[in-house]
Amino acid sequence: MAFTEPKEAFPGSIYDVTFGTERTVTFGGEHGLAFHGFEGAAPHLPVIAFEVQDSLPDDWPEAVHDVYAGVSGDPAVWARFCQDELKAQAIALRLLSTHPDREDRPAADAAKTVADVLDAVSVPIIILGSNHVEKDAEVLVAAAEAAKGRKCIIGKAQEKNYRTITAAAMANDHLLIALSELDINLCKQLNILITQMGYARERIIIDPMCSALGYGLDYTWSVMERIRLAALAQNDAVMQQPMLADVGMYAWKTKEAQAPEAELPRWGSLKQRGIAWEAITAGSMLLTGAELLIMRHPEAVASLQQFIGELSAADER
Amino acid sequence: MALSGVQIFKLLPKTNCKKCGHPTCLAFAMKLAQRQASVDACPDMSDESRGLLGAAAEPPIKTVTFGAGPHVCTMGEETVLYRHEKKFVRPTVIAVRIADNQPDAGIHAALADVLNSEIDRIGQKLRIDAILLDYVSGNSARYQQLLEMVMAQAPDVPMILSVQDADVAETALRSAGTKKPLLHGVIADNFEAMSQVALKHKVPAGIIAQGLDAVAQLAEKVKGIGVSELVIDSGARTAGVVLRDNTLARRAAIKKNFKALGYPVITFAGRDDAMLETLVAMTGIAKYSSIVVLNRSEQWRNLALFTYRQNIYTDPQVPMQVEQKIYKVGEPTPESPVIITTNFSLTYFIVAGEIENCRVPVWLAVMDCEGMSVLTAWAAGKFTPAKIAQFIQESGLPEQLTKKELVIPGYLAILSGALEEKLPGWTVTVGPREANALPAFLKNRPQ
Repeated sequence: MAFTEPKEAFPGSIYDVTFGTERTVTFGGEHGLAFHGFEGAAPHLPVIAFEVQDSLPDDWPEAVHDVYAGVSGDPAVWARFCQDELKAQAIALRLLSTHPDREDRPAADAAKTVADVLDAVSVPIIILGSNHVEKDAEVLVAAAEAAKGRKCIIGKAQEKNYRTITAAAMANDHLLIALSELDINLCKQLNILITQMGYARERIIIDPMCSALGYGLDYTWSVMERIRLAALAQNDAVMQQPMLADVGMYAWKTKEAQAPEAELPRWGSLKQRGIAWEAITAGSMLLTGAELLIMRHPEAVASLQQFIGELSAADER
Repeated sequence: MALSGVQIFKLLPKTNCKKCGHPTCLAFAMKLAQRQASVDACPDMSDESRGLLGAAAEPPIKTVTFGAGPHVCTMGEETVLYRHEKKFVRPTVIAVRIADNQPDAGIHAALADVLNSEIDRIGQKLRIDAILLDYVSGNSARYQQLLEMVMAQAPDVPMILSVQDADVAETALRSAGTKKPLLHGVIADNFEAMSQVALKHKVPAGIIAQGLDAVAQLAEKVKGIGVSELVIDSGARTAGVVLRDNTLARRAAIKKNFKALGYPVITFAGRDDAMLETLVAMTGIAKYSSIVVLNRSEQWRNLALFTYRQNIYTDPQVPMQVEQKIYKVGEPTPESPVIITTNFSLTYFIVAGEIENCRVPVWLAVMDCEGMSVLTAWAAGKFTPAKIAQFIQESGLPEQLTKKELVIPGYLAILSGALEEKLPGWTVTVGPREANALPAFLKNRPQ
């Protein structure tokens, strides 16, 4: 029986996105499923951003907390450390201190932090709120203004606050993350609402909502797979944006990344376990189409970079 | 290739005679398409149609088993490319490679790791499923020693014999008796002799060639000799090639009905770098490998890979459930609050995780709602004041508590009044709507 490789060509393709000014990074642009370069063009590799926050990472487990022990008191120093020492391709600055349950710092403080971080580094920046719907609407408007001219990615815009955040992204020439919660229809609807405001659909990045290994990863897997198939196979122009996986915050919050070996001897080394939890969660997101990852542990990032290299080389046996 | 109901209908007599037990031929065709009826139920079908439908009813990926006893490994039978279409049915076999060219101590240590690998997760007992005995010493007596050590220490663990020498394979299979190992070692140069060995001992055979075309051709030849249970190895060793070969093979089998690749796939993930090996293994689990072979089995990796396999192979239509009971989070006292939620595993994990992270001890009451989330369970009438009250009263909790406070999910604040009536002596507190607000809620409440 002669074998003909059943390659598939899809009518749709994914928009590519470039962010940053001094140094830029481009991702997306595929004409096929993730790492299917053997049948559809995949011009850019996924990008990994290191997460930096403006609030002490006291709740990060030791294995990842200790990496940033000397720098985590100042987000600009922290960002610079990621750029210079860890060779970060991009930085994701999370303005966590603005959350009412954290320090509830005002939007003006966040704007100052953004300006300081932008002064400190030249790699492209993702600016994230604290995921508080009302507060983010204030904070991200101020942050977007402070970052005007640097072509950042800002977010996350959700159904309840997308209007102000979209307007701020539009007025200050930034790209926008649209977050919906594990639902392909809500994802599509939010993209439509945002574009109805006159915001270009090629400037949106989809966040279908990440979840950690063992904590709903299967849901994220299938939602992402369906979004990507809608974009490629059904050529649905509303869903053809690249996807974000905000991995670190989910992976490092799990019990598996925190429970000491003394308590659960069958789970093995805590340090390796935590890194593996972040690496597998991130690796799985790559396989379903994420082009932009936000991660925390440098060893997990290094393994992912090796993995990306291997995945994109299907012709080397 | 699976036929649609309409395609099947065209092959039926279209007499609507009802002899098959269905009202019309079309209804029967639909049942056949869903594999809920047998072709044999129709007495009037032509032989030609019967042949076509019989071939179509065979699973596109052949069922292959190896091992014997309680932990036999069953592979194949998959029917889709994407798990949202239909459940992936046969979870990837996770195997560990043990080579015969190492001292006994190394073999004992590797076997101990395998035997000690069992972990319980959401009620499933997960473990290293198989051992691959790798013949690399070139000394058949040494391979025989390895085989004897494995059978003595791990008699219930299914074996994969990685041997390309037909004489060594013959000796090993004679020793293995009825254990039905997978004989992984058929290559172009030995296929006739190896096929005869596999046939004689009635064991499945692994077909090894470089590339899908070569492996398909070799599989056809071995099948021609009479070995029907096959596993294929296209030589893919890096993540990109695994993804490519596995995707093309699965597509060929399912969408093109290409039988020569319609077999379970074995993937060797082994690397010097443990984390990279884990990621290659993950690729195999997500992307269609029926067996993934690792070089080592550290516990942290087992936990991560078993959990990943559970995620990918869970039924997307059926929610995962945890057991109904009162879970202690931290060290709760008779004064600690009781938080109630449903037994949807995701709900449980997220709620329990948030409480654990804030280190406030709590009694977490998880109520059986058939795996529904809180709002769905409430809408379906499974999470009502009467049922919650009954569950709490019968849980044994009231006898242990001096301060009886029940925290209910914020979305169901509407239940608080009715619940207080049905639970005399209890204070019902409305908790936050989302689990991520639990730490702030628990830390900021009056003690």
